Amino acid sequence: MNTNRYQLNKELAQMLKGGVIMDVTTPEQAKIAESAGACAVMALERIPADIRAAGGVSRMSDPAMIQGIQDAVSIPVMAKCRIGHFAEAQILEAIQIDYIDESEVLSPADDVYHIDKTKFNVPFVCGAKDLGEALRRIAEGASMIRTKGEPGTGDVVQAVRHMRKMQSQIAMLSACREDELFEHAKELQVPVELVRYVHEHKKLPVVNFAAGGVATPADAALMMQLGAEGVFVGSGIFKSGNPEKRAAAIVKAVTNYEDAPMLAELSKNLGEAMVGINEQEIALLMAERGK
Amino acid sequence: MNVAILAVQGAFIEHAHMLEKLNQEYVLIRKKSDLPERIDALILPGGESTTQRKLLLELDLLEKLKQSILEGVPVLGTCAGLILLAEEIGTGEPEVFGTLPVKVVRNAYGRQLGSFSVEGNFGKIEHFPMRFIRAPYIEKIFRPEVEILSVTDGKITAVRYQNQFGVAFHPELTEDLRIHQEFLHC
Repeated sequence: MNTNRYQLNKELAQMLKGGVIMDVTTPEQAKIAESAGACAVMALERIPADIRAAGGVSRMSDPAMIQGIQDAVSIPVMAKCRIGHFAEAQILEAIQIDYIDESEVLSPADDVYHIDKTKFNVPFVCGAKDLGEALRRIAEGASMIRTKGEPGTGDVVQAVRHMRKMQSQIAMLSACREDELFEHAKELQVPVELVRYVHEHKKLPVVNFAAGGVATPADAALMMQLGAEGVFVGSGIFKSGNPEKRAAAIVKAVTNYEDAPMLAELSKNLGEAMVGINEQEIALLMAERGK
Repeated sequence: MNVAILAVQGAFIEHAHMLEKLNQEYVLIRKKSDLPERIDALILPGGESTTQRKLLLELDLLEKLKQSILEGVPVLGTCAGLILLAEEIGTGEPEVFGTLPVKVVRNAYGRQLGSFSVEGNFGKIEHFPMRFIRAPYIEKIFRPEVEILSVTDGKITAVRYQNQFGVAFHPELTEDLRIHQEFLHC
């Protein structure tokens, strides 16, 4: 991948900022998401809550299903491939996907190596629990990062933990002396150039979204106030009582995330939120997939 | 001078950084109460035009901003911002402000793999670095007063009509301040 292509891919993520990316499983859901104000959709056969319920091996979605969604909407369409499964990524690139999510939500195909994303022209978003993981993914060619909050649970606690951890590590790197950067690069297991970038710019070199467990306008506002530049909402919309209304409310909450009176209005009468399960109640921590 | 930047979604911070480099103050518009009584210039950033349209309507910003544009407040729309300004949108979607007498084609270069960068002219500004991200272009011009500022590969990619600048690419993603400078001094 040439550096210009990587730059263009980082820039597409910049255009998504302040927006909500919604999981959809059908062209109909994609249209609902688009008209509710989603800035992109993630096309997948089963939303994370159902993947969790169904168990078994979870793979890249059928390209025909993804193309059906590409034909239905004009906003960017993303799709997931398994961690390390570069052949699935090649297939997604061949159908001109706008962004690939190398995702822990699917069953990992490789328990050691992530995809060498520098070999692709299409952009990748990857999950990260902390700064080291984020910078390792960026070194591999990811042009967008998201937290790795526990998908399909409706429990925002992990996304909060990851975002706080990342922000405090960024603050620490920003404040440290320049001659300490080498040691920090060693500890984080990442190239020193990326550590230097964070030190100088006080931010990640790519856009950083929140993902995992966001189910309400308040959850979205919480993540934005903690430093997210936008949010992914997976199961939270189409597992709720009134998807249209909830989706539109979360979109507005991301724009006006500091306006409590408006958030109060947006939170009213949304119908039933997804029931969700607590972190302690789940047997499988997807965030532990890939390091 | 009150420069307002529409900040409902997209790459508005990048425009803000350009203005900071030019020592120009600005206000970010996320809701109606953010609007100052009078605005002297308006910037419509890149992002997703369908998302921005929805938020402009639901946050009740559309009419007030449209009125300012019609009253002659200088406006710079980049990428999605150009789509918001256009009188006609290729796919038959309803217009948003509809104040710029042109027809645009959305995602005119296809999906993200069609995004590209190139150097070109913008009116008298030469060798400007142009970043096209899932960009539109201008297919038709409805009035002879519309001045063509950039042509890329045979397609119109920037125009000026009276107080309105419509640009298909993203000057805010570059280090080059010349287009913002020209806009602020128009």
